[in-house]
Formats: sequence, structure tokens, C-alpha cells
Amino acid sequence: MEKKTFVSTRNACKLCAPFGSTLVFKGIEGALPFIHGSQGCATYIRRYMISHFREPVDIASSSLGESATIFGGRKNLSAGLKNVMKQYNPKMIGIATNCLSETIGENIEQYIKEFQSNDKAYSKIPLVGVSAPSYKGTHQTGFHEAVRSVVKTLVKRKGERKKLLSILPGFVSCEDLRHLKEILEDFGLDYTLLPDYSETLDGVFWNEYRKIPEGGTPIRRIKEMGMSKAVIELGKSLLKSESAGSWLSKEFDIPYYNLPLPIGIQESDRFFKTLEKVKGFPMPEKYKKERGRLLDAYIDGHKYLFGKKAVIYGDEDFVASMASFVSEIGVIPVLCASGEDRLKETLKTLIDPKIMDQIEVLPSSDFMEIAEKAEVLKPDVFIGSSKGYFMARKMKVPLMRAGFPIHDRMGGQRMLHLGYKGTQMLFDRLVNIFIEVKQETSPVGYSYI
Amino acid sequence: MLGNNGKIDGFSGINPIESKEELIKIYPAKVARKRAKHITVYDREEGDPPEIEANVRTVPGIITQRGCSYAGCKGVVLGPTRDIVNITHGPIGCGFYSWLTRRNQTRPPSDESENFITYAFSTDMQEKEIIFGGEKKLKQAIQEAYDIFHPKAISIFATCPVGLIGDDIHAVAREMKEKLGINVFAFSCEGYKGVSQSAGHHIANNQLFKHVIGLKNEKNDAKYKINLLGEYNIGGDAFEIERVLEKCGIELVATFSGNSTYEGFANSHVADLNTVMCHRSINYVAEMMEKKYGIPWTKVNFIGAESSAKSLRKIAAYFDNAELKAKVEKVIEEEMKEVEKVRAEVKAKCEGKTAMLFVGGSRAHHYQDLFTEIGMTTVAAGYEFGHRDDYEGRRVLPTIKVDADSRNIEELEVSADEKLYSPRKTEAEIEKMKSKGIDFKEYEGLMSDMAKNSLVIDDISHYETEKLLEIYKPDIFCAGIKEKYAIQKMGIPCKQLHSYDYGGPYAGFKGAINFYKDIDQMVNTKIWKEIKAPWETEPQLSARYGSE
Repeated sequence: MEKKTFVSTRNACKLCAPFGSTLVFKGIEGALPFIHGSQGCATYIRRYMISHFREPVDIASSSLGESATIFGGRKNLSAGLKNVMKQYNPKMIGIATNCLSETIGENIEQYIKEFQSNDKAYSKIPLVGVSAPSYKGTHQTGFHEAVRSVVKTLVKRKGERKKLLSILPGFVSCEDLRHLKEILEDFGLDYTLLPDYSETLDGVFWNEYRKIPEGGTPIRRIKEMGMSKAVIELGKSLLKSESAGSWLSKEFDIPYYNLPLPIGIQESDRFFKTLEKVKGFPMPEKYKKERGRLLDAYIDGHKYLFGKKAVIYGDEDFVASMASFVSEIGVIPVLCASGEDRLKETLKTLIDPKIMDQIEVLPSSDFMEIAEKAEVLKPDVFIGSSKGYFMARKMKVPLMRAGFPIHDRMGGQRMLHLGYKGTQMLFDRLVNIFIEVKQETSPVGYSYI
Repeated sequence: MLGNNGKIDGFSGINPIESKEELIKIYPAKVARKRAKHITVYDREEGDPPEIEANVRTVPGIITQRGCSYAGCKGVVLGPTRDIVNITHGPIGCGFYSWLTRRNQTRPPSDESENFITYAFSTDMQEKEIIFGGEKKLKQAIQEAYDIFHPKAISIFATCPVGLIGDDIHAVAREMKEKLGINVFAFSCEGYKGVSQSAGHHIANNQLFKHVIGLKNEKNDAKYKINLLGEYNIGGDAFEIERVLEKCGIELVATFSGNSTYEGFANSHVADLNTVMCHRSINYVAEMMEKKYGIPWTKVNFIGAESSAKSLRKIAAYFDNAELKAKVEKVIEEEMKEVEKVRAEVKAKCEGKTAMLFVGGSRAHHYQDLFTEIGMTTVAAGYEFGHRDDYEGRRVLPTIKVDADSRNIEELEVSADEKLYSPRKTEAEIEKMKSKGIDFKEYEGLMSDMAKNSLVIDDISHYETEKLLEIYKPDIFCAGIKEKYAIQKMGIPCKQLHSYDYGGPYAGFKGAINFYKDIDQMVNTKIWKEIKAPWETEPQLSARYGSE
């Protein structure tokens, strides 16, 4: 790893922990996210989440003020929870701490226990607390910590093993979640997908009022996760600590599969093979065809792609799987960058060592570092979120928007990345970017390319 | 069909007192009592506006649209500056979320000129700094910013943990100012201070006044010199106002802070009049400049064509010069030609429709003028972070109780500057102008312009918003992105008045034309005919709050 020149972060390539935590709570049926701390964070996070999903997002807050920084926020939390229960009638409240409450040393677990034992009337609604200060890790940390807290709080019973698959997809798009569900249903698997914000953050037009949008993982199903036959958890970056999946596996002795995000043929194969193993029979014809079509397209499009250079940035797991995919089609991921700190280790879990040699890896980086490096490497394309727009515009290099956040185009939440089908869509978009460049720069202006 | 088919019976037929009860009945008793004070019905025939509770801490668990002190300071007041390097001292979230999300525009004189508006600098504090202190990292960050850009000024913004761990950002600023030989100043705008963005505005005003205003003393020979305070150049509003002022021959010394420059701030005390747009966010600077330099201030509003014309006339009347007055009249006449043409077309389609405005600390007031110009009525309005004076007028200032949250925000002691104080007008002149209808140090507040029996709601919650829509079914609701998609899910168009839905400008004359057209498009688009609002499938709801 190169020595980091700057101590400050200039145009960050990461968001804060409570963002990730509240997103997880949005993916649980009837749940309401709640931030214990200063109210500005709830507002900023709502504002930001909405700019990508273009859906209502309600996040409550205990609105701690100056006096609470001295006397603690116990009273505010209790009043806030009661108030929100009355207005929203939630089935669960997910409480994330933030920089303020963590710095003054609030113990959320303790407060929850006290709250639930003080007033029986309020003890029926499950409360899940997660410690999410922004000074520890990124939005991904907050996301995975919240999934882990949900599982550790709600999964209690140990019963007879069921033919149930628990799947923890990580931070993927709404369309990705829908596609995962489609695949699991086509396999005939009984599954629990946690979290599932595919409806809550990409819903239909309402014909009745919804204080909390429909959809999300049913709490009843989460409780049963301890009886699963297998746990699949996406994201190799999770190796660094105990995750929801590894905890479930250890606690309830369940076979555990930790896989990269299934983008590209290699990783989609790995994902589908795992499903075959769990289910005990081969993948449905539909997916064989999707795979076949994808391979066929790789062949048809290879001449436009070979030797092209891509800069990929974003969350570690997204970058790693995207790099694996572009390597399959002859595009060199010359620069892989993330605001997270273990990108190299994550990449190594799925990228061939020969390809690793061609990649410059920038962990813990920001967009100014990425841009400076890109100026030297002169990529043909940027792949990542809307946040790369400034550098792409400055360098006049096309940007293929993918991942999160996408707030300068419609449909970021409906973008498919996963499986053969998601890869097909990414492949077609990427090839067309190069075809367009070729067409635009051709003196002839060919219309057959 | 959405809305009220162009009639305002949906408004006049609804009992506002009953509506108020409906909004708060779900709350626990204590919360309901608190919220009731934030909701008023103004019957203008009964005299002065009623007292409204404002600028108090939001009840925990109420989903508010309010932000924090940091957002008001770094995001709102300093956000539009382009040649000050703004460094967020704190963990990454705050800096990231305030990264150009307000869509401020700026226009540097050339491509080579300083423009840091697209940069989001943060010290990105980690756990070890929370434990051992972050001053060292902050110093290094300032050094780095200096090494890259060699700017004229660097400012530092504190986030929640900074005050809690006791980092002395002002000492760091002083040290680095000495070391680098440029202006370095800090804002203690931790998010937990005050009750909303408003605290951050005040903190920003104080520090700009202490550390920047008056630093330069360059002679400006223009005849009619003004500052524009509380204009943040969302969607290019400042450009339009600049265009109009220039056309009139009025020199804009500084704008706080849309399309602003550091030099402009530093030399702003040479202006002869301070004109205030957003009273809430900037009145402190106006007041302090009057005391220190003798510059009077007056409220203006460049949102709305009529209001823009009125504001220009007010400025001309202040300078009391026949040539300027004639010029202003000529400009208004020229500009109004196109305005009137579009206005007539749009008014024919929008007349009688209803609007609601819940935004900001001045916008919920200013935008009512634009709606009035196209025949639409504002049936309910309120601020996110306004104070009582923004609702009821500055006459209530002496009666406002200062609570603990507000007391913690510093009030600067200001006295006349020994060298630079020079009253622009004598007291007699001011009195004479007042008798002619030019007001100074005055703001009538939002309620004075509201229709009879309209609802005024302070710090409206997400829950109350939904209820309000259900009861009133307005034709358009103006708010921000946080409310937008919930409102639209109910079949009502939502106009974002923080970022203009990426449109604008809406200020001045050309801005008014843009606004008329955009509103026409929004309330008359076919898409609303394709969908049924919830109350259309549940008729009992509308029957319950109908004209009975």
C-alpha cells in the first residue's frame, strides 16, 4: 500500500455508519428507523437516502440538545420511542446511535433494557439497538453491524431445522433484491432475505395512506433464521469481523457460505452452484439460458472491449466483483478504489493474482486521490456512483453509473447488477459506451457498428 | 381528478380549528399540548396575529424536517462561498452530506479563478482522535488545504464530537492564521447547539462579523451602493438579481452569500444600504453592521415580479435621486412586459388553485407572492426553523422568551467603530422616509400576508404533513426533497423550494416567468389524471372534513 499523503479527506468516497444502519431498518417489515443523538443526522441521512431512492424515508430522532450532552439522553430516548410508537404503530424500532451519543458514552443496550422493563405497555414492540458512530468505519460498517444486531436480538429460538435458506445480501439495489428473490423462488427455496428494502424503498403508487410502507423482511421470518439449513452471506469484506452470517452459523451450527457479490460469470457461477448445493438439484433452465446468452454476448462484444482501461470505485464488495467481471471481458481494472480500508484483501479473495498485478489499489481513498491517479492512468471509462461525475466530466471520460449513490440519473434503485441477468445489463451498457465513443469520434459516422 | 377542479371551496369549506385538532389528536396528551401551540389560525379581522410557538426544541420522536446548527452554518450561510476553503472538522458524515447538496451556484470571473465550491474537505475524524483529541489533525488539514490552494481564507466548522471532546478550534485557527499569514477562522456550530439550522445561521453571522467584515477598506465611488443579505443563489437566483440591479445602475458591493467573494464580505461596510432577503438567517449581520458602521437596513423581497418591482422602488426611494427613480421605473416597465404576457397565460389555467408552503425561514412567506400573482391561494404555510418574529413581525421581539437552547448562542456586544462609523442618514432623514412609507429595521412576518382563516404551522412534522394533505387536498405543496416523495405518493405535486427541483432561477423578473411556467406544468400535467389520490378511493375521508 502506498503511503497516504493527506490526513484530510477531500470529497469522500464513503458515507457514515448510521446511514447504513438506518437503511437496514428500512428493509424490515413494519420497522421504523430511529437515531439516538442529534436530530441533524436523521435529516441529513433522510435527505441523502431519498436523493437516490426517490421514495419517502422516515427516520425519527431523540433530538438531543446541549443539556442532554451533560445529563445524558435517556429521557429523550424514552420519550421519543413512546411518541413514535403512538404515531407510527411500528412492528419494530431500529435504533442507531451516532457520533454525539457515542461520544458522550450512551449505552444503547442498557437503555433499551430499562425502557422495556419500565413500562410493560411498551415492551411488546421489539427494539434493536446498534452502535453506529461515524468515526468508526463507513456506511458499510453501519450496515453490517445493524444486520448483525437484528439477527442477534431477534433470532432466539432454536428449533427443528427447517428447509430454510437465510440469505444476507449486503447493500445492493432494490432491483438486485427483487432478482435474488426471483432466483430463490425459481429454485423452489424457502428463504429469508435480510434486509429487503426492495418494496419499502422502491414502492408503487399508494392507494391508501401508509405511515410505514409495505414490504420488508417479516420479523417472524427473522426469528426463525436459527433454524436455517444454510446461510448465504454476500460480501467478502465481511471477513474482517464477526458478521450476522458467521454468528448464525456458529450459534446454531448452520453451514455458512460467504460469497462475493455475484457479478460476472465466475461469481454468478459460484452463487448458482451454492444454490444447487443447498437445494440439491441443478439450476433451472431459465438461468442456464441466461448464462448462455451472456457468454454469447461476451463473444459478440469482445472486440470493443479488449485492452480497455477502467477505473472502478465505491464500496469494497462492489468494486471487487465489478473488477472480477470486467477482467472476464478483457477490460483492465487499472485502478480500484474505495473509502473502505481493506480493499486489497477483499480483491484478493476473488481476483486472479495475474490480474491483481495489473491493478493499482487505493484503499481508504477519496475522490481527489482517485482523480489524481486517474489523470496518470488515463482510463477509457469510470465505473461507479454519481460521485465520480466531477472527475469524469473534467477528464472527458465516460462514466458508467452503477452501485450507490446515483442521484443524477433516474432509476438507481432499479439498476440490476447481480446474476447472469444483471451482468448482461452491465455488459451491454459498458459495450455501448465504447461503441458510442467510437461512433462519435469516427469521421465517417458509421451507423453499423 | 386531483385537487379541487380550480375552486377554492376545499379551502373555505374546511374548518381550520377542526383541522388543527385532527392534526394533533394522535399524539400523547403532553405532546399534543406542545404541538397545539405551534399551530395557529389567523383571522386577520381580529387584529394582530396570534402568538405562535417557534424556535423551540422539537419533541423527540416527532419526525421533523429540521436540520442542525452545522447545516445552518456550513451548509446555508457559508456553503455558497467559492473562495474560502471550508473544512469540516469531524467524522465523515457531516462533510459528505453538505457536499454541494444545496445546489448553490457561483460564477467565478474566469476558469482559473478560485472556486472551491465542489470540494468537500473533512478531517474525517477517527476513534483515536475522539479519544486523544483532533487538534493535531485539524492543523495538518489546514496546512494541506493551504498547500494545495493558497487561498485567502480558510474556515473551520465543528461537528458534534468536537465540542464534546474539547478541541479548541479557535486556538487552532489563531495559530494557523499566524503561521500561514492568511485569514483562518472557526465556527463552533456543533449540531447539538440550538434547536435547528437557525442557531447555525446566528453563529455564522457572528463569526463573519468578527473575522471578515470590515477587514478591507477599499473606496467605492459608485453612487448607489448596497449589500444584499440572505440570498444564497439557489438555482441562479443571485445572477438574476445581479442582472436587474446592474440594469438599474445599483452597485452590489457584497451578497451574503450567493455568488459571493471573500473580498466582497471584507469590504461590505462601504455600502450605504443593507437590503435583507432572508430575515431569519442574516438579520444579525444587518443589525450589527448598523451599530458598527451606521448602515441602515431594510427588508426586500426579490421573489415575485411585483415584489421585485416594489423592492427596487424602495431602494430608489432610499437614495432619493430622480435619475435613479426614473431608471428603475424604466427597467420595471421593460421587464414587466414579458412577465405580464406569461402571467396572463398561466393565470388563466391556475386561478383559484391552492398551495401550501412549508419551507425555510423566509421562503414560506416570499413564495406566496408568486402564487398570488397567478391567482393561487396559499391556504397553509409555516417555517422549518423560523422564530416568532418571522411569523408575527419584529414588533414581538421584546416579548420573546429566550430559552436555554437559544441562550447558549453568543450575542455579540457591538459598538460604533471609532474610525469607520458614519451614519448614512440622519435620524431626521430616516424619520422622514418612514413617513413616506419606507420601513427600516422592520419585518412584518409571514402571517401579515396570509389569507383569512389560513393555517400557520411551525416545524410541521412528517405525520402532520400527511394529515394536512388528506384534509385539504391542495393543488400543490411546496417543501423539500424529504417530503417530496411522500406527498407525490398521495397524488399531489411537490415543488422543492430548497433546490427548485433542479430548475430556477425563480428570483426577479425572469425568475418569476420560470416559476409561473413550472407551476403551470406541475399542477396541470396529465400525470395526475392517471392516478387516484387515496381519498378518491376512500370517500369517507373527504366527507368527514368537507364543508359540513
